[in-house]
Amino acid sequence: MSSIDQYISLYEHNRETIDSHAPHALNRIRPDALSALKRFGRFPGKRDEGYTKLSLEDMFAPDFGVNITRVPFAVDVALSFRCDVPNVSTLLGVVVNDSFRPTATLLKNCPEGVTVESLASLAESDPDFVEAYLGKLSNNRDAAAALNTLLMQDGVVVRVKSGVKLDKAIQIVNIFNASADLMGVRRVLVVLEADASARLLFCDHSQSGDFKYLSSQVTEIFLHRGASLDFCDIEESTEQTSRIAQLFVSQEEGSNLTVNGTSLTVGTTRNEYHVDITGEHCDTELAVMAIADNNQIIDNSARINHLASRSHSNQLFKYLLDDHSQGAFEGLIYVAPDAVHTEAYQSDRNLLASTDARMHTAPQLEIYCDDVKCSHGAATGQLDQNALFYMQTRGVPRAEARMMLMQAFMADVIDRVAIDGLRDRLRHLVERRLSGEHAVCGDCAASCHN
Amino acid sequence: MSQDKDITNKRPADTDDVIRDVTGSEYKYGFVSDIDSDIIERGLNEDVVRLISKKKGEPEWLLDFRLKAFRYWETLKMPTWAHLDIPPIDYQAISYYAAPKKKESPKSLDEVDPQLLDTFNRLGIPLEEQKALSGMAVDAVMDSVSVKTTHREKLAELGIIFCSFSEAVKDYPDLVRKYLGKVVSYRDNFFAALNSAVFSDGSFVYIPKGVRCPMELSTYFRINASGTGQFERTLIVADDDSYVSYLEGCTAPMRDENQLHAAIVEIIVEERAEVKYSTVQNWYAGDKDGKGGVYNFVTKRGLCRGDFSKISWTQVETGSAITWKYPGCILAGEGSVGEFYSVAVTNNFQQADTGTKMIHIGKNSRSTIVSKGISAGHSQNSYRGLVSVAPDASGVRNYTQCDSLLLSSTCGAHTFPYIDVKNDTAIVEHEATTSKISEDQLFYCNQRGIPTEEAVALIVNGYAKEVMNKLPMEFAVEAQKLLSITLEGSVG
Repeated sequence: MSSIDQYISLYEHNRETIDSHAPHALNRIRPDALSALKRFGRFPGKRDEGYTKLSLEDMFAPDFGVNITRVPFAVDVALSFRCDVPNVSTLLGVVVNDSFRPTATLLKNCPEGVTVESLASLAESDPDFVEAYLGKLSNNRDAAAALNTLLMQDGVVVRVKSGVKLDKAIQIVNIFNASADLMGVRRVLVVLEADASARLLFCDHSQSGDFKYLSSQVTEIFLHRGASLDFCDIEESTEQTSRIAQLFVSQEEGSNLTVNGTSLTVGTTRNEYHVDITGEHCDTELAVMAIADNNQIIDNSARINHLASRSHSNQLFKYLLDDHSQGAFEGLIYVAPDAVHTEAYQSDRNLLASTDARMHTAPQLEIYCDDVKCSHGAATGQLDQNALFYMQTRGVPRAEARMMLMQAFMADVIDRVAIDGLRDRLRHLVERRLSGEHAVCGDCAASCHN
Repeated sequence: MSQDKDITNKRPADTDDVIRDVTGSEYKYGFVSDIDSDIIERGLNEDVVRLISKKKGEPEWLLDFRLKAFRYWETLKMPTWAHLDIPPIDYQAISYYAAPKKKESPKSLDEVDPQLLDTFNRLGIPLEEQKALSGMAVDAVMDSVSVKTTHREKLAELGIIFCSFSEAVKDYPDLVRKYLGKVVSYRDNFFAALNSAVFSDGSFVYIPKGVRCPMELSTYFRINASGTGQFERTLIVADDDSYVSYLEGCTAPMRDENQLHAAIVEIIVEERAEVKYSTVQNWYAGDKDGKGGVYNFVTKRGLCRGDFSKISWTQVETGSAITWKYPGCILAGEGSVGEFYSVAVTNNFQQADTGTKMIHIGKNSRSTIVSKGISAGHSQNSYRGLVSVAPDASGVRNYTQCDSLLLSSTCGAHTFPYIDVKNDTAIVEHEATTSKISEDQLFYCNQRGIPTEEAVALIVNGYAKEVMNKLPMEFAVEAQKLLSITLEGSVG
């Protein structure tokens, strides 16, 4: 029996409860998700292409509770507010498991033309908008996405109206809070209308203590003509946390997308990036870094589909793996037959810092058009012994030299982060992470990690 | 805007013509030899496997091996993971054994069917004794049966065994039994299981300790009879401190139907020994509409068992309607070396999914992979490779480079590398680029008075040179010619 069956039966037995706690715009697409799930029959496992290091079948197998009756969790939002990045003034919202709670600053400072709201409430007040976008990109294309659609009840919507350029970054703090083994099903919808621009920062934190927590998040991003989005995603959870975060993006003509992914403390995490470039002159940057130790598993999968001509994409993935940790990277550049003058690059660099760390890399190109420039590179190795020696001859202690080299290794990912204050913050977090300290965010009192 | 698009998308007219000429090439090996063949009924079942074994007068243990393989094959489904569009194959519609008819095994060339000799002469194989001085020992395999091996006596003086597989089974059963299936098990994959069940012949090479084979050993494969598949098996064993360079070439007649070729090559290399295996694969690729052609599903693997042993694969893949082939190296010995140099050219409706596997198990083992793909017409050309480093393999070094050149807007070039590192001291690098022939380079050549056609030839030759240089000289010439035929009009 596949672990998918427990979720199908959960839905079939509690269909009314689930639907009664969610708006119609969310309920109407569940039947399709259900039939998709039945069609898939199981979650992909290690024998499936693209899931070599991480079996979703195992990930979803434990008997997680799902909060379908929407019992509220007591989280002190004021405490979480400390997660705010110092020196960066952001519009902050907090999502506990899946329910969105805006902060006073967000409500007060949110400019005209910008909506940062709970998915459930927007689906009540503006169902047409939600129906026009929700599920259109994830489209039940795999079992994990279909499951999210089947069980989602709330999440966040960010909408920036045409021509609005948002100065302040929007920060959404996701808090995984549980008093039993729990699966959080979160849905994020980001719509940037023509010529709009925004910066979004997502941080995942965990307050689930020793309980197992599985976070299922599907993010759908629509970038209309000329829109520009910087999307930052930082995961700082616990080793009991499993996370599957799927990002689906559709880019129209002339739009720009920068995605920064950072995995600092995780249990088992799988991040998927699916980008469809449907218009000409788009620019797509993916810069992702992962630092893992103990028995952590980080699996990143990226697929950039160049469906239109004259667009540019660049992917950079960096892993630093210590102890028994495992890393996996599956990247694909797809160039459609008519996508001439595409420029697409992909690079994966990995450092193995211990004899037991494992790295699996599959950088792939699938090209159906001749007039393109595409390249990919992958390298797995260790710190340059010559550089270490050089620094030691100049009086830098070995440990410090190692630290400097590791920081330098991560620097080019951090340098691509568009939010100024966040860059310094990340440098600091990485430094602390590398020095072995748990990367508790500075003066945070939210006790995420206790 | 739309006008601007038109201009930038347009190629210079003459480049277009040159590229279009690519599809105009013809297969010059496409003749059929009128040779009486001994073909068994089409279809595959246990009786057929027993019949093949009986026809070859095989010992019991080999029949058991075949039957085990056949029973395992029956439990398998044809793999679908490759980036290939393979029409369903009816394995019951193929005859699994076709041998040129002969009454007694020929004692000298005079007794060999003149038609057969003519076939090999047309292929340019120096089979005849007077050509033997050209310095190459040849084992010619037609429809999976070895017809003549030259230079055997001279090799025997050095203790080198070079004979057909069935002779080896009779004359050196202990050696064959010791090494058969040790690198490619019959459980390895669908086609390996099929081959293990029905293989009809092939070549066997044994190089004793300390011997450096004085000449290139060469096998020519040809499918001749219609409605048959070719299932040959090559086994090469290089004992301590030995060296051998082995060449393999293949052709087939032009036929409307698709023919199946599922071969196995096994190489075992002991301490400090070296095997260089070169292939020029030129099976019939089908006509320009994609009709006919050989399905080439081959399992090739070498085991560097001894310390400081070395295997070097060089392949020039120009033929076959569909190629499914991953020559690999298991680098088990300390300091062992694996090399893979490949040029794969696809044209018209050809499909190729080819690459290599480098399995690093030994400490300080090294591997180099250089793969050059050239796609034209409506073809699909994929590189698929695995570099794996075992937990105890410290000091491993790998460098992979795979480049793709696209010559038409309707073809595809794909790269699917897999890199699995389980040791922190390994350094594994992979680089790949995909591009079309640079307009700047063409323009530069034109500017200096080189016509576009020659310029394309120059650039493609230069592009493939790194691999061509690795081929033994006799083959390099042929490979160059093949490149020019496959990409006629733009190369050579």
